Amino acid sequence: MTTIFRELFAYRVLIQTLVMRDLKGRYRGSALGLLWTLLNPLLYMAIYALVFSVYMRMEIEHYAVFLLSGLLPWIWFSSSLLMGTTSIIEGGSLIKKVFLPPQVLPTVTVIANFVNFLLSLPLLFGLLLLFGVTPGWALLVIPVVMTAQFALVLGLTLVVSATSVRYRDIPPILGHLLTFWFFLTPIIYPITQAPARFRSLLFLNPVTPFCLAYQEAILYNKLASFEVFGAMIGIGVCALVAGVVVFGWFRWSFAEEV
Amino acid sequence: MVVVEVEGVSKRFRRQTVQPFTTVKTAFVDFVLRRQHPERDPTYQALRDISLTVRQGEVVGLIGRNGSGKSTLLRLLTGIYRPDSGKISVHGRVGALLELGAGFHPEFSGRENIFINGIVLGLSKRDIRQRFDAIVRFAELEEFIDEPVKTYSSGMSTRLGFSVAVHAEPDILFIDEVLAVGDEAFRQKCFEKIDDFRGRNKTIILVSHDLGAIERWCNEVLWLEEGTLRERGMPRRVIDLYRQSITTQQAADSVAEHHRIESEVYQNATAETGQRWGSREIEILSVAMRHTSGQESYVYLSGEATRVVMHYRVHRPVSNAVFGIAILRGDGILCYGTNTDIDGLSLPDLGDEGEVEICLERLDLMTGTYVLDVAAHAVDGYPYDYHHGLYSFAVKSDLQDSGISRIPHAWVIKPFMAVS
Repeated sequence: MTTIFRELFAYRVLIQTLVMRDLKGRYRGSALGLLWTLLNPLLYMAIYALVFSVYMRMEIEHYAVFLLSGLLPWIWFSSSLLMGTTSIIEGGSLIKKVFLPPQVLPTVTVIANFVNFLLSLPLLFGLLLLFGVTPGWALLVIPVVMTAQFALVLGLTLVVSATSVRYRDIPPILGHLLTFWFFLTPIIYPITQAPARFRSLLFLNPVTPFCLAYQEAILYNKLASFEVFGAMIGIGVCALVAGVVVFGWFRWSFAEEV
Repeated sequence: MVVVEVEGVSKRFRRQTVQPFTTVKTAFVDFVLRRQHPERDPTYQALRDISLTVRQGEVVGLIGRNGSGKSTLLRLLTGIYRPDSGKISVHGRVGALLELGAGFHPEFSGRENIFINGIVLGLSKRDIRQRFDAIVRFAELEEFIDEPVKTYSSGMSTRLGFSVAVHAEPDILFIDEVLAVGDEAFRQKCFEKIDDFRGRNKTIILVSHDLGAIERWCNEVLWLEEGTLRERGMPRRVIDLYRQSITTQQAADSVAEHHRIESEVYQNATAETGQRWGSREIEILSVAMRHTSGQESYVYLSGEATRVVMHYRVHRPVSNAVFGIAILRGDGILCYGTNTDIDGLSLPDLGDEGEVEICLERLDLMTGTYVLDVAAHAVDGYPYDYHHGLYSFAVKSDLQDSGISRIPHAWVIKPFMAVS
């Protein structure tokens, strides 16, 4: 059970190298570099702000900030999953021809996307200042939320990366699934907009508590409820356990099937 | 000191009928329709109860036919596969070169892959930086080191893989048939490196079909067959046994193939085809080539004797029958042909059934596959039963001479000495 993490630790230098490589690969060859990473959420933000704040006149204070505080963690989540599905298939020759613990590859994807997420945070805080929202001490809770989210993202990415080796249509299926999932997560709308009887339904979505926690802390300088925190930690642990177990089932078939 | 120890290792693979993977869709549809896939054994045994030990400083060669489990064994030793049963322990840092291309990420540049590969082989970043130039120079890739590896030719990536692996200074090196690529100059460099490794008491396990190289490098040779260890020991002895087994196998295969063709021919005994024609007053029922020992065989060494035996049946007695044979090269060139008439034989009364045999005292042919034609016809050429292009046999030779036929010869060299 812990082997998977011990091996990750043993290969930390390699993970670091691969993460650096991944990030450099993203920013290399374009003068705008980092800006490209920010452009994507910015465009989304602009479009949703236009549709919801202007066209549909949803009454949410600082809609752009609200949107970004949920959107940025979502991008970390969804791009990790999406890129993670193919990570083992693409790194096939590393697994077939040299001994490389395969969990290194999805882990690198998750970490690289996490770093990307961190790099996009200044955008959010810049916007906060622009809108005149002063962030408060509740921000201190963000690292806890991130840690729990890291467990969730890593766990799920391990699951999809392992299963995709055998079931090759998982990546496209996941692509569609993530689109639905996005709309079912209170990112572009506040959870309070959902009718009360649907709200419990929203809580079936494991990403919901994370979005709430980010929004509360960043926008309203409030700690999310104890239940939300409990849910986040529980979800993180469960996802990680599931990831390790599923990865363990498939792991020894990678070299044969990739 | 024992550095590699394998105890009773077995490995099964899932049979991958079309592709190794499936789709959620298929799995779902199969589940909904409760479709069961035909219950044939979905696995096959790649290795069966292998045990071996390798001591430090030994160079061990693995030989065997394709699919005998050589590569699987190396992958198990490297830790890429896990054995289904048995125990493997490897002591020391391992460097492995498995098949072509080594372990590279195709999207990454050569430079990046050197770092990744180096770390996987147990080097620190500093070690790699120190050796970087040497690695690139050895691989002769100075110009392309920043190009993605997917743009490399197989020779280039093999060179890079070999270079990283040897510069990582592993204690144990596994090499799987990689020396087959690369040009002569690079092969030479590899051989020097391997020699250097041997000199420094490192351990090497080498898979190759190049039996000459195996004999030259190894202290010990292991011969794998169908996943089991068939023989191990001194290179010369094991390689000879292996060669013999291949020849025997080929001979047996050729006899089986001949019989298959024969039964096909006689199933349509009366059909007129491009390969068999004639009015069948005399029918040739079967054709066999036999060694002088009487053993049926379709593989001969150049210069060996053979007997061609035709079994005939007379349907309507004729007085002017001639039996003939012809040997053609694969490309249709007639190497030799003769018949009983040309050789001035007058045939006795053939009876109802019998055998005609011609003894070819020396098959002085070059290495290759030849076609044997046989016929029964009238003196004027009117065909009774003509078999054309149906039977084949192989000739093997250790000599490198060329042409169609080896003409018996002898050299005489007489320098004219100046009188001093």
